[in-house]
Amino acid sequence: MLITDKKLKELNEMAAQLRCDVIEMLLEAKSGHSAGPLGMADVFTALYFSGILNVDPKNPNWEDRDRVILSNGHICPIHYAALARAGFFPVEELKTLRKFGSRLQGHPHAGILPGIDNSSGPLSQGSSIAVGLAYAAKMDHKKWQVYCIAGDGEQQEGQTWEAAMFAGKHKLDNLTFLMDRNNIQIDGFTEDVMPLEPLKEKYEAFGWHVLEIDGHNIPAIIDAIEHAKSIYEEPVMIICHTIPGKGVNFMEWKPEWHGKAPNQEEALKALKELRTLQGRISSEAE
Amino acid sequence: MINKNLKLNPKIFDPDVEQKPTRDGYGEGLVLAGQKDSRVVALCADISDSTRSAMFQKAFPDRFVETGIAEQNMMGLAAGMAMAGKIPFVSTYAVFCPGRNWDQLRVSVCYSNANVKITGAHAGVSVGPDGATHQGLEDIAITRCIPNLVVIAPCDAIETKKATLAAAEYVGPVYLRFAREKTPIMTTEDTPFEIGKALVFREGKDVAIIGCGPLLHNALLAAEELAKEGIEAMVINNHTIKPMDKKTIIEAAKKCGAIVTVEDHQVMSGMGSAIAEVLAENYPVPIEFIGMKDKFGESGDPNELIEAFGMGKNAIKEAVKKVIQRKK
Repeated sequence: MLITDKKLKELNEMAAQLRCDVIEMLLEAKSGHSAGPLGMADVFTALYFSGILNVDPKNPNWEDRDRVILSNGHICPIHYAALARAGFFPVEELKTLRKFGSRLQGHPHAGILPGIDNSSGPLSQGSSIAVGLAYAAKMDHKKWQVYCIAGDGEQQEGQTWEAAMFAGKHKLDNLTFLMDRNNIQIDGFTEDVMPLEPLKEKYEAFGWHVLEIDGHNIPAIIDAIEHAKSIYEEPVMIICHTIPGKGVNFMEWKPEWHGKAPNQEEALKALKELRTLQGRISSEAE
Repeated sequence: MINKNLKLNPKIFDPDVEQKPTRDGYGEGLVLAGQKDSRVVALCADISDSTRSAMFQKAFPDRFVETGIAEQNMMGLAAGMAMAGKIPFVSTYAVFCPGRNWDQLRVSVCYSNANVKITGAHAGVSVGPDGATHQGLEDIAITRCIPNLVVIAPCDAIETKKATLAAAEYVGPVYLRFAREKTPIMTTEDTPFEIGKALVFREGKDVAIIGCGPLLHNALLAAEELAKEGIEAMVINNHTIKPMDKKTIIEAAKKCGAIVTVEDHQVMSGMGSAIAEVLAENYPVPIEFIGMKDKFGESGDPNELIEAFGMGKNAIKEAVKKVIQRKK
């Protein structure tokens, strides 16, 4: 897909906006995960705002829509922000994250919020759901695509590999995974906690087509998704190398920000940094 | 006296009463459900002959999914397929499903209210020689505590067929439990079946024996013998453990004033516990529980094990006499 400079500027601005939304949501909620959602802002921007995804915010349950399954449910603030900004529900509702009576549960609950198709939280469950959707779509000769956002930490779950084996066997080329390879999990760096590498070779051994990209390069993300659509008779894994906490300097690369929300002071600092990047006046953040 | 309105098997007390495994009823019901609705699909984790889902595979090869020995993925696949409009039935042994994939059942299926039907074969100590690892004795406990999930333990092959069809028509997650061995046919094609509606198999006034699954036959045999001793026992087939038919259970407690529960499952948190919860809140009466008493099973002949673990006809009779004595 050819992206004009103007469009790219818009997309980068949207990614910054989603990051600001995430910080504001977490501040309001006083709990939640910071690093993953910030790190995946560019991937969600590419998915929901480049036109690559076949969904309709006004008709979220449209039968022939592409499916987006979030497997690492704890990064839901970025999914919620993207859905709200894309028009699935009012942006004001983002501030209800994790509050009693909210449709924005701490981990996603299917069926209550437009655009959220699966409940998730216990890791790797989304991988099987995505594979099941893709398999059912093949049975019925449906044209829609299944996208699954997965974490790297959840590659430690056995269910991940059960699902990978099944998808490989059935050559589910309507299935694309986008793995957030940010190298951190709650207890530290993935390669210290439980080494995952070589991920590319592992998936290839399971019969997948694997792409590796910079998960902050929006044109590269779009290209990879386009490429994935062209792959025949293989499920596709796009390993998105990301920086946990991307965009907020003091959060970047810090495992301690995996499962923590910023306080007032930290949030202001983060927002200032994010809004400066967007080219706005720095005092706006204060 | 046997409830004539239910059109039960007239040969129910014959020594040569027809016997058939409940899992056969599942296979037959699944094929019928598949014929009625093209959305029905079946998933099995490498034991399709054992679970009888092979019957569906033969009838509808394109709608059968072999998942390999991967029960967690099987549950998740079913959730995904349900989200795409299918009506998936997942089958394997109860110790693995819901035993091994309980988290997937809880979140991918029940929390999402996905239209998945979960079946656990080889439930109970009556699995026999395979031993404790393969005797599903906890499945009712771990399914009835999950919101949105219907839990059914049919009493014979005919009722299992009806329960399978009813599960296919019901919108939402349903758990069905089957036994391995041949067990007596108690009902007929004309016996009613409705999810959540218990059946009074035998009328009585002195005690109500409330059971589920094939052990109900032992309850009926016990009741017939007790009648000769002047004790009239009501026998209730409480096939749906959740949602419970509270009305029938409370009425039985009011009429009889004492209850014996019967199940091939751990007494702790099983069907009997569910009955106790209903009665404790609504109409407390003395209860005796027949089932596994916080033990693992072991290898043996099914009937031998049922006797050894205190779930046979004589154990039920003793429990009846004990509970009647507890009536004030």
